[in-house]
Amino acid sequence: MAVENLKSEKKTDVDIQEKMNIVFVGHVDHGKSTVIGRLLADTGTLPEGKIEQVQESCRRNSKPFEYAYLIDALKDERAQSITIDSARVFFKSKKRHYIIIDAPGHIEFIKNMVTGASRAEAAVLVIDAHEGIQENSRRHGYLLWMLGLKQIVVLVNKMDMVGYDQEKFNSICDEYNLFLDELGVKPLCYIPVSGRMGDNVVNRSENTPWYAGYTVLSALDQFKKEKPETDKPFRMPVQDVYKFTLYGDNRRIVSGNVVSGTLKTGDELVFYPSGKKSRVKTIETFSAPPKESAVSGEAIGFTLDEQIYIRRGQIAARANETPPKVATRIRASLFWLGKHPLLTKKQYTIKLGSARVKAQIETIHRIIDASDYSTINEKNQIDHHDVAECTFRLSHPLALDLSDTLADTSRFVIVDDYEIWGGGIILQAVDDEETELLEEVITRDRKWIKSEVSMYQRAEHYSQRPTLLIITGEKSVGRKRFASRLEKTLLENGRMVYYLGIGSFLYGVSADLKRQSPDDNWHEHVRRMAQAAHLFLDAGLILIMTAVELKQSDLKIFNTIINPNYIETIWIGERVTTDISYDLQVLGGEENMDRSVALVKQLLQDHGIIFSL
Amino acid sequence: MGHLDELESRSVFILREAYANFKNLGMLWSMGKDSTVLLWLTKKAFFGHVPFPMVHIDTHYKIPEMIEYRDRLAREWNLPLVVGTNFDALNEKHTFPDGNADRITCCGLLKTEALRRTLTGEGKRMVFNHDTNQYEEDPHPEPFTAVIVGARADEEGSRSKERYFSPRDKQNEWNIGEQPPEFWNQYKTDFKAGTNVRIHPLLDWTEINIWEYIAQEDIPTVSLYYNHGDGQRYRSLGCYPCTFPVQSEARTVEEIIEELRTGRFSNVAERSGRAQDKDDEGGLETLRREGYM
Repeated sequence: MAVENLKSEKKTDVDIQEKMNIVFVGHVDHGKSTVIGRLLADTGTLPEGKIEQVQESCRRNSKPFEYAYLIDALKDERAQSITIDSARVFFKSKKRHYIIIDAPGHIEFIKNMVTGASRAEAAVLVIDAHEGIQENSRRHGYLLWMLGLKQIVVLVNKMDMVGYDQEKFNSICDEYNLFLDELGVKPLCYIPVSGRMGDNVVNRSENTPWYAGYTVLSALDQFKKEKPETDKPFRMPVQDVYKFTLYGDNRRIVSGNVVSGTLKTGDELVFYPSGKKSRVKTIETFSAPPKESAVSGEAIGFTLDEQIYIRRGQIAARANETPPKVATRIRASLFWLGKHPLLTKKQYTIKLGSARVKAQIETIHRIIDASDYSTINEKNQIDHHDVAECTFRLSHPLALDLSDTLADTSRFVIVDDYEIWGGGIILQAVDDEETELLEEVITRDRKWIKSEVSMYQRAEHYSQRPTLLIITGEKSVGRKRFASRLEKTLLENGRMVYYLGIGSFLYGVSADLKRQSPDDNWHEHVRRMAQAAHLFLDAGLILIMTAVELKQSDLKIFNTIINPNYIETIWIGERVTTDISYDLQVLGGEENMDRSVALVKQLLQDHGIIFSL
Repeated sequence: MGHLDELESRSVFILREAYANFKNLGMLWSMGKDSTVLLWLTKKAFFGHVPFPMVHIDTHYKIPEMIEYRDRLAREWNLPLVVGTNFDALNEKHTFPDGNADRITCCGLLKTEALRRTLTGEGKRMVFNHDTNQYEEDPHPEPFTAVIVGARADEEGSRSKERYFSPRDKQNEWNIGEQPPEFWNQYKTDFKAGTNVRIHPLLDWTEINIWEYIAQEDIPTVSLYYNHGDGQRYRSLGCYPCTFPVQSEARTVEEIIEELRTGRFSNVAERSGRAQDKDDEGGLETLRREGYM
């Protein structure tokens, strides 16, 4: 087998440890692949015989040889003459390894470009000197900004087609710079190149004596490795809480990737949006010595001093640092790649860190037309490939940071019909009627006087998970009778259960509100009920409450005050007159009583609240 | 953080995302260096545990050392292990070279089709019973909704087009042009029933990274990767009729790293010892579209 290395220049004293991901973007046919092909050829990176193979194939198909064919090596792509996905290319300079992602410029393939660009640390944007700035030259620039890519170099390609004209080069640079300025993006430099002829790609060109700046290769070497954000506040979206008791391991390990800051054993942590607090006991490892600290970028796991209820979706922060914001309304910049437009009337799922919430657009502030970067105001939907600024209303409180303070925890994606079709960055946490309540809850949980009995001990002792069961339905459908029958059945089954009638509450705890105008004080009334329910749940009980036609706005107050995972809603009656999405519907009336009670019991078992008896 | 730490951290993140989002999850384990690194990363991610089954597609043409190694590690690490085989193709002798099939057909049946059937639960699955130290037939083979695979982007052309989370349709097919976007460490985790997912935590690793990591972590590997004095070793493992060793003096992990660093193999594809790649005109792409790993 012939394995002789013919390319001696590859044996350089490269620090082969360092790697950088670079993405090439730009309008279709502006020559990204050609520049990359040239870069590979002129650095001696190509595998033996590869160029000859592609040249031979071009000769057979009577096509001129293009470096792009090296990258578009797949059969069906050669037919399309465009790179259809972010194919990666590995090569190295004297300084480090590069992984080049050849992001395609064709408008239909923007989703692949986004995929490529989000994995990159720096970007090379290619503009055709002959064609000038086109729609995707701007669109890609805008996306690079939103994706958080700050290191950019702009190539003015095909200089051979404009006779290496300095004027032409300067006018393109000036125009594009104006656009980038508006976004606050400063490119490292603009380089006049020809991918086809090799000018200023690896070797300095004699055709551009007026240009004294970097070549593409030397510009790439100027990019700096992103440093982990260790001097920023600590953030770790909780990915999971592991307890592998099945394997005889009793550690309860909170795990995730640190996205900013540092963590040490003994640090006090607060988990958002719940506001739950505990201290780091150990940082766990496998096949490595125990750790005392962890920094941004690491995948870690730790145990806590006190067992508190946390789960995937929360963000861990250090108690003595700037906390994340918690909001149910956010203002954001976003891009939309969905085939169907993003509508104001529709509910979507937003994923931020490990959290998922339902979200609906409340206001579209502006839509930016990427093709000429003007603002369109009259549209009431966000179309395929639009970039826009809007305010979302969320179904649950979300912990987040703003894009100008912490990038990672300000980024979210939008899921529609099983697919991630959009992404955005949060500009502002917008106040709403829930904001005050949220702050109240976070303070409550931080100040909560901890008992020696943990929630888990209580749950184990009573063999049940504390739960609020809200029985709701139309008037006179038999809510109260059903609630008290359910209470009796569960009690007879050995459960710790209590039925709290609204009347009992209204004439007692809320007597002051009752005396004033109950309708005006409705929000306060619901708040008190929810806070009372929280006490019962903390005591480990299954609490049953009833309400006439519970509305989503009421449920939202409950969801803010109590962990929504502890709430089960049951709609009673055949006719549905509510906007909440209940967990179960049962029939009212004495004749259906036994069956309805059995259905609720089944629900409690299915949701792991009680064990089957 | 060094470059291996960065790679490890991303892979661990992906493994944990997979575990958090998929109920019937499995990991393909070929006993090769890549999927064994993946197994090690799993132990890292879950603090010494392997919380989902390792799935081996056994063609019954594997080099015997590979099977010995598989069973040894399964015992020593107490691995949940599932083995799937296309017994129909073996019985009907649709094999190469001793049967009535060519290389690509043989690969298609003993690997791709065997994998498809093992994942859906249609095919017979053998499960390693740690108490009896034997393989027993899985009485209730449930379909896997997601499988973790050790594919790397630098291995071969078509693999560089993969996503970390890549959906496959009911026929196990991969639609390259229609892949969803993937950015900001957010992956496709919402699915219509019937879709299954390939998860690729090693996409950013290179061959040399794999060996560096094996050295750093002291991960046990199959002896076939090393030269035992005859001046040859395997660089990629597979079935014995179609896999050939390369000329190499490397006797240890360190010597392999040295060999790769000096660029001895820089002009030779890693899978050059795998005959099926050459028979398939589109590189591995045709095989991969139909579900080949």
